[in-house]
Amino acid sequence: MSSKTASTNNITQARRTVQQLRLEASIERIKVSKASADLMSYCEEHARSDPLLMGIPTSENPFKDKKTCIIL
Amino acid sequence: MCDQTFLVNVFGSCDKCFKQRALRPVFKKSQQLSYCSTCAEIVSAGEGPRESESISTSPLPGPSLERRTGPERNSLFLVTMHQVAERVEALGQFVMKTRRTLKGHGNKVLCMDWCKDKRRIVSSSQDGKVIVWDSFTTNKEHAVTMPCTWVMACAYAPSGCAIACGGLDNKCSVYPLTFDKNESMAAKKKSVAMHTNYLSACSFTNSDMQQILTASGDGTCALWDVESGQLLQSFHGHGADVLCLDLAPSETGNTFVSGGCDKKSMVWDMRSGQCVQAFETHESDVNSVRYYPSGDAFASGSDDATCRLYDLRADREVAIYSKESIIFGASSVDFSLSGRLLFAGYNDYTINVWDVLKGARVSILFGHENRVSTLRVSPDGTAFCSGSWDHTLRVWA
Repeated sequence: MSSKTASTNNITQARRTVQQLRLEASIERIKVSKASADLMSYCEEHARSDPLLMGIPTSENPFKDKKTCIIL
Repeated sequence: MCDQTFLVNVFGSCDKCFKQRALRPVFKKSQQLSYCSTCAEIVSAGEGPRESESISTSPLPGPSLERRTGPERNSLFLVTMHQVAERVEALGQFVMKTRRTLKGHGNKVLCMDWCKDKRRIVSSSQDGKVIVWDSFTTNKEHAVTMPCTWVMACAYAPSGCAIACGGLDNKCSVYPLTFDKNESMAAKKKSVAMHTNYLSACSFTNSDMQQILTASGDGTCALWDVESGQLLQSFHGHGADVLCLDLAPSETGNTFVSGGCDKKSMVWDMRSGQCVQAFETHESDVNSVRYYPSGDAFASGSDDATCRLYDLRADREVAIYSKESIIFGASSVDFSLSGRLLFAGYNDYTINVWDVLKGARVSILFGHENRVSTLRVSPDGTAFCSGSWDHTLRVWA
């Protein structure tokens, strides 16, 4: 590859990077305190339905060993 | 986001009513006087437009001062999630044990996925074997031998009727699952994706038309149609191998996040192929990315021994999960159903459970005898499964 093509590639690559960065810079952002508060409220809302967090009774959990019932 | 504006208040006697008040500068016939806010209002109302134009246009001190000292004050400063969640109750002790051990692989387990029926698991290993297990009974239901070793990616179709896997063969192959003993699964194999380097991750999309999203060591991700094997969209942007990907949870969502060896996590729009957001705060390869259940954030685990939480709407990292005693990389992360717990498998053979909101480690799980390479929570959240280089998978509950 000639040095001229290499430098042109660098320029086009740089142009693409600048364009991408412009796109990323222009997105609307919200404050972290609001975003964190939203995540917190999602956690609290769904906490009750989270089996790993709350723990479900052994009879309902297919993985926990129940008292073996031997049918003779 | 970090700016603070200071309002300077001068107290003294007003030049008009001589009462002790907070004063504002007022210009009368090019002479600066100090009036209290009441007199300034009177002056501007009574003396007509020309006079009022010369009154300084600084806002009334009252409401803006309130804003700066009230509860909203904190929002003007940089915060992390842990500071915001200080008032949340800490979690109690967790007792999670290995409930099932799935033995059968002949070599390192590299990847696993749950079926939507919350019971079946597909796992792939270094020796080329892909096995479908019933996690309740630990029976093996199907087994396929791939023509290549190091099967680094495997996924279960949402319908539960097919599995996709790939690795050093640079391809993603889809096998329809059949219980017919006479048919060999290998005969019905369909090659869907073609990359120029190893396949590191694959996932079926939620759409009705079967589509597969793949990530490869060639630095690109690609979306393929299963029926025709056609490339629908490719995603270029990573500067090095892409190691992981995860699809946004919502049914209507059409974005996915990918993490790579260039330390970046990038969020892509599936329809346009554009990178929407990029995050580069990790200090080493990003091994695993997973969306938060609400779809507004995602977590990533990296070789720099930390897991980080990035919020998509705030467009920044909001939490970091690390401890000085943890020096081995995190290979795989996943959230519990509510998003309160983050399970991370590490290269030091342990699984750490983090409190997502407070940033504290809740529990550390021992059991594996080699690196934990993959970790997924079951679709109904009752258990999670981890696969390791010690040839076994463990289901924890």
